[in-house]
This record gives sequence, structure tokens and C-alpha cells, in this order.
Amino acid sequence: MSFLEVRDLALAFGGVRALDGVGFSVERGQVFAIIGPNGAGKTTVLNVVTRVFAPASGQVLLEGVDLVRMPRHAIAGAGVARTFQNIELFEGATVLDNLLLGRHRFDHGGLLSQMVQGRRARACEDASRERVEALIDFLDLAPHRNQRVAGLPYGVRKIVELGRALATEPRLLLLDEPASGLNPEETRDLAFWIDDIRHDLGVTVVMIEHDMSLVSEVADRVLAMNLGRALAEGTPAEVQSHPDVVAAYLGG
Amino acid sequence: MQVLQLAINGVSVGAIYALVALGLTLTYKATEVLNFAHGDVLMLAAFIGWGLIVGWHWPFWLALPATLALVGIAAYGLERGVMRRIAGQPQFAGVMLTIGLAFMIRGAVSMGFGPESRKFETPFSGHTTHLGPVVVADLNLAIIGAVLAVTAALFVFLTRTRLGVAIQAASQDQLAAYLSGIRVKRLNSLVWGLAGALAALAGMLLSPITLVDISLWFVLLKSLAALVLGGFGSAPGAIVGGLLIGLIESFAGVYAPGAIKDVVAYIVLIVVLVVWPRGLLGEAHGRRV
Amino acid sequence: MRFAYDTSYRESRRLLRFASDRAAYALLAVLLAAAPFVLPVFYVGELTYLFIFALASLGLMVLTGYTGQVSLGHAAFLAIGAYAEALLLNAGWPLPASLAAAAALSGAAGLAIGMPAIRVSGLYLAMVTLAFAILLEHAVGHWSSLTGGFTGMAVPEPRLAGVSLGTPTGFYFLCLALLAAVLLALVNLMRGHLGRAFVGVRDSEAAAWGLGIRVPLVKVQAFVLSAAITGLAGALLAHQTKYLTPDGFGMMLSMQLVLAVVIGGLGSLRGAILGAILIGLLPSFISHLKPFLPDRIAKQFGLEIFVFGAVLVGFVLFEPLGLNGRWQKLRAFFETFPLYRRDTFRRGKAYMRSERYK
Repeated sequence: MSFLEVRDLALAFGGVRALDGVGFSVERGQVFAIIGPNGAGKTTVLNVVTRVFAPASGQVLLEGVDLVRMPRHAIAGAGVARTFQNIELFEGATVLDNLLLGRHRFDHGGLLSQMVQGRRARACEDASRERVEALIDFLDLAPHRNQRVAGLPYGVRKIVELGRALATEPRLLLLDEPASGLNPEETRDLAFWIDDIRHDLGVTVVMIEHDMSLVSEVADRVLAMNLGRALAEGTPAEVQSHPDVVAAYLGG
Repeated sequence: MQVLQLAINGVSVGAIYALVALGLTLTYKATEVLNFAHGDVLMLAAFIGWGLIVGWHWPFWLALPATLALVGIAAYGLERGVMRRIAGQPQFAGVMLTIGLAFMIRGAVSMGFGPESRKFETPFSGHTTHLGPVVVADLNLAIIGAVLAVTAALFVFLTRTRLGVAIQAASQDQLAAYLSGIRVKRLNSLVWGLAGALAALAGMLLSPITLVDISLWFVLLKSLAALVLGGFGSAPGAIVGGLLIGLIESFAGVYAPGAIKDVVAYIVLIVVLVVWPRGLLGEAHGRRV
Repeated sequence: MRFAYDTSYRESRRLLRFASDRAAYALLAVLLAAAPFVLPVFYVGELTYLFIFALASLGLMVLTGYTGQVSLGHAAFLAIGAYAEALLLNAGWPLPASLAAAAALSGAAGLAIGMPAIRVSGLYLAMVTLAFAILLEHAVGHWSSLTGGFTGMAVPEPRLAGVSLGTPTGFYFLCLALLAAVLLALVNLMRGHLGRAFVGVRDSEAAAWGLGIRVPLVKVQAFVLSAAITGLAGALLAHQTKYLTPDGFGMMLSMQLVLAVVIGGLGSLRGAILGAILIGLLPSFISHLKPFLPDRIAKQFGLEIFVFGAVLVGFVLFEPLGLNGRWQKLRAFFETFPLYRRDTFRRGKAYMRSERYK
């Protein structure tokens, strides 16, 4: 059985079929890319996997466990983390606090223990901080550690969001257009990071991306979607030359 | 008979709520600001109307359009000069800004006119009409007629004229409207001006029944209930909700115990929002990720 | 200029890191401790009122400033705390128990209104809380067997272990101690993971969900905590006014609290205190100003409300970060002198960020 198996997802908004029988599978340690024109339903797939939407039918099996049956807040605990197309950072907080928020599922202690900040609360805080500092090193975020996110340049914000997702220690990382808005140099860095995330951290990556050169470089397998359906699946080269995919992009 | 009488009274008060709620909806749809100063604009208009009619001895039919125009222009200026500066900020900023403006208007009127209530006469005051078995004050009939006429005119304006269609387009998607050559900023100011004129009309119709008084702004709170009941952001919903709240209040005054009438609108507001946030004709709400 | 060299992770979390901070707060503590023995009784009372108002503002700040849930009806929780305190003392409860119970009852009311209210957000929540406060004021006025209705009810003198705290000085220290305790607890909370979760829910619910934060639970927690703190302030307010009437807890009081947190600066405990000081002092400042104004204007209550409105409009337009933002800019100016750049605090481009579906 595959690491992640998405089966027969269907979802409609009003009369629009956002997803219509989408299915694919991802092996452990792979980088899996989803491509397709705007409105193809790519983000909707991620939204279903992370339980933002409940699908009308279908399954999302992560090592055999169906994520669709989980409550929305339990997805992080199941080892799934994501980034967002339009960057959903905590704008009023510092970079450090944003990353620390990624550790939320490992933090414990109720209202009262937090108000007192006793020995245990501080020890828990120190542990989280240590993990986050490792990520700050990994992603070169040290110069921005104590800056508020709201004032940071776009490229840095994307990296902070990536770091926050990694702070949850995911098994599966979902990236929604990680390279959009990045300059070529930043995109190069991203490619290296995705490689490191896969090899050093052992995280499986599913990413939505329009930049085909990035996809060709880092992805093992590619799924092309259009109008809520899967068009083709295979290696980047296979999918790029698939006649249906070419037709979809050219509007044929 | 009592039921009919209560219904007529309810509808005429509800028509005012509907008018106020309609103004709130227009500005909300256009600029995503829920205008907490709307009630105070209405109150200000009543005082201006009083000043023209009693102070300067203008005839009602001259004072009415003059007040509408004055207040409309003032509201246009308000959007242009003040509200525009917070475009794009979270909704909370709009709430705070309009509450601040509401306080300023209220304070200024209080300083200018003092705490005592006033009244002015309209051509309808003191007359009644027999409609079959029920007796209706002409003022109430005038209110219902005026609200019907204004709603119909507004409907035609928004659906049949170029300007109205442009306003609708801009309300749905500002960027798309802007890209198709609509001057969105100016439209927003226009919508505020229009809503201001609607508030002024409501003030000129309501104050002969109640009194010209600072507390007139309270209509805003009742209209919020109307807005929520009808479905937030829906213009037909605002009308239906307003009429319903008027009816509910009217009947609660007779059939519900004690002082419930004064607060029944707020009970409706809470219950609807908690149980059924979409209201009668509202759209689903949420935010995309 | 001063520099922060961290030698351990804990060092950056310490509350008073720098000697200058410690000195400043020690001085403040000495001044506050000496104040009731030096100042005339009237000013002791004013200060006490400021403490109570600051406590209530802290309560609202937790909800609105940190969690992003707008409440336009927080006076309701002040009323619940105040009436609970008076009724429990009349029933013979000792002061610590009655204060705790007043806070707990108000928190329970927060739970009751918060559980359904968190289903709605933004403007809807603002309207629900507003309507709730109006209803509660109405209910207090008409439930005269319990509350004395519109004629009101007297509040018993606060006594602790046989000692009266009803004297201006005794009550001053009671309020100061409670304010300091709550402030410390909140400072601790906000530098821990729950405080971060509050901010997370405020800034992006979608991301908060994705990190495993139970968004509704966090909102309810914030609601209950906020209501409890505000209720505690209400209990103290009961002793300050000594006589309770429903119109003492009207919409204007709710609005003053909102003004305090907005003008102080959302998302900052210091802001809640600074805002409470400004808004708390504004009415007496205006009344001192009145002799110098034309009679016609000075006589009207409208002057006060006009100034409130003007201050609010001014802050929303020109200093959205509030007094706390101003404070930080001043600090940054002195700390980085002569290298201060105005651009450090310049706001980024504002995007038209719609909060509804298109």
C-alpha cells in the first residue's frame, strides 16, 4: 500500500463540480507535484486533505488511516502540514512566534499553568524553542528572528510559512504554489530546500506548482488536473507531453 | 380588528427600519463597512429638517429635498475625505471609525441644539384615513408609500441604469469592476451619498412620529436586527427583515408580557445569528484560503 | 543604544531583562505605594478607578486585542460581576470568596454567551455582544426582586479578616494588588503557547486549524477568561461606586472599554493600561476644561462624547497601533539614537483584503 492514497474525491459547490473522482497515490519520500490551469481544483485537493472541506465522497488514506474521518484540528497531529497559496501567516506576531506556533501540537499545559509559568511550562517552552532554532538555522531565518511578519518581504514570508509547516514535524508536507512570487534566485534556494526536506528530514512532499522547470527538477511524479478531474499522471516529462495536458493548457 | 390595526402600525414602523437597513446594506456591499454612524446621520437629518421647517419657516416640501441633498452631500464627503483612508484595512477598523464618527455627530448635535426634544409639522400630521374597519394616521400611510416608492426607484436605478449596474458590479468584485473601466472609488462615495440621503429620508419620516431627539440614532440598533433577520448583505432581505421586525415589535407590545417590546428586536438578533446566521435571504459567508 | 546579547533561550523570555527596566518598574512601584499617603483623597479615588478600569480593559484586550473577537457589550460582564459581588456579600460571603465567585459567575456568563457566539465572527459577534449587553441592562432593570431594579441597590463595605477595606487607602491597595496579579498572569500567559494560540486565531484561523489549534476551543477560552477578568473588575467597581443602578452599566461603558483597547493599541497589555488611563482620565480632564469654554458648549454632555469620538477617529486614522505603538516608536528612537529611521515602523502596503466570499 502507498504512503498516501487519495481515492475518488468528489466535491461540489452549488452546481460547480470542484472535484470529480480525483485519485492518486504517493510513495513515502517522494516529491509529488500537481499541475493544471487555474480552477482545475488543485487547491481544493489540499483543502480536502487538510479537512478544510469535507468531500461528498472519497477517501484520503495516510498509511491506511482515513483523514476524511478526522476532525480538522487533528490533521496536524496525524503528521500533515501545509502552506497556503496566499500566505496565511500570523501577521501581528514575530517570525519566532510564528514558528513556535508550529510547535503547538507538542506544547502542553492548561490556562493556569501557563499563567504561572512554572518549571514545567518553562521546560516545555525551552524544548520548543530548541527545535525552532534548528529550523531557523536550516532556513537561514536568523536575521529576521524577532521581526514582525507584517513588515517582511514576500520571499521571506514564504520561507517563514515553510518553516512553520516544518515545525509541526510532518510526515507529509503540502505546499500550495511555493515558488509563486519568488525571484529566480529564491526559487533556486527553494529547490535545494525541498531536496533537503525530502532527503534529510525524510518528509514526503505534495506540491502544487506552475513553474515547470522547478517541477521537472524536484518532482518524482506529476499529476495534471483540469476542471476537477485527473488528466494524466506520470513522470514530469511524460505528463508534459501528454496530449490532454497540452490541450488543457492551450484551451483546446 | 386589533390584529389589522397592529399590523398596519407594525408595517409603518418596520418600513422605517427597512429604509435604514437598506442604507446600511448599500454601504456594506460597496465598501465592506458596517456604518455604525448611520443612525446618527439619520438623527442629524431630523435636526436639520427641524431647523429648516421651524427655524427658517421653510415649507415641508422644500425642506425635505433640501435635507436629503444636504445630508447626501455630507455623506459623500465623509466617504471621500475619511472612510477612503481605511480602505483595505480589517473590518474592525471600519467599525471603530464609524463609531467614532457617530460619537462626533451625536456630540456636535447635542452641543448645538441642547438636550430638549423638538417637533415639526408635516402636511400629514394630525389627519387620519379610514381603511375599511381600521383607522390609520396619514403619516403612517405616507411612510409606507414613501418607502415603497423609494425601494422601487432604487430597484430600477440599480438594475436599469448604467450607473446602477456599475454600482452593483463594483459591489461584487471591485478589482474586476476597476479593470473594466469603472471608477470604483467615485462610485463608493456615491453609494455613501445615496445611503446618507436614505437615512435623511428615514429621519424626516420618523421624527414626526417620535420627536426630533438625540435618541433617534437608536433606530440603528433595531435596524441591525432587521439586517440580520433578513440576511446580512441582501437588499431584499433588509426590506423584509425591517418589515418583520416592525411587525414583531408591534405584536409583542400587546401579546408579550411587560417590557419585552423594547428589547424583542435584540432577542431576535441574537437568536437568528446563533441559530441561523444566514437569515432569510442571506448568502453563505466565510473566507477563502 | 543598548544591545541584547542572549546567552540562553530563557534569557530572551525574561520579563525585566535590562537594569533600566528594573529600575523604571521599581520606581513605579515605589510611587504607586506612596501615592495614597501623599495625594489628597480625591486623587486616590481617581487612581483606584483607573486601576479598576485598566483591569476591565485587560479583560477586553484578551478577547479583542489578542484573539480578534470584537465585543461591543463588555459592560454586561462588569454588571454581572458587580451585582454578583453585592448580592454575595449581602448573603454573608467573605470578601475573597465573593470576589472569586463574581469573577467565576461572569466567566460562566461568558461561557454561556461565548459558546453560541463563536459560531459567528467579526461583525456578527460585535452585534451579538451589543445586543446581549442591551438585553442584560434591561433584565437587571426589570428583575427588581433581585437587583433593586432601576432604584438600585447598595453595596456592603468590603472587609477582609475583620479589617475594613472600605477606606480609600485600603481599597486602593486591594485594587492595585489585583491589577498587578492579573497583569502578571496575563503577561505569563501571552508568552506561552496558549497566548500564541490566541494570536494565531486572531491572525489566521485557517493556518491555526492547520497547526492543530482547536479554534473554537481557543475562542471560548479567551471569551471565558476575558469575561472573568472583566467580572472581577465589575466586583471592584461595585465597591468603588457603592451603589448599583442598571444605567451605570450602559452602552457608553462598553464603548469606553472598546475605546481604551483600541486607543491603547490592540494586541498589547501595556496598551490596555495606557488606553484605560487616557480614557479614564478624559472625562475629568474635560470637566476641568469646561470653565474655559463658552457656556453654551460647556453645559452640554455632548462635549464629552464628541471628544471621545474625535480621539477614536484620530487614532484609527493616524495611529492604528495606538498609544502602545507611539510608545514603541519613542523607545526605539531613544534606544537606537542616533540611528533611528522612521521607516522602521512604516506600514507595508495595504491590500484590499476582503473578508467575504466573492
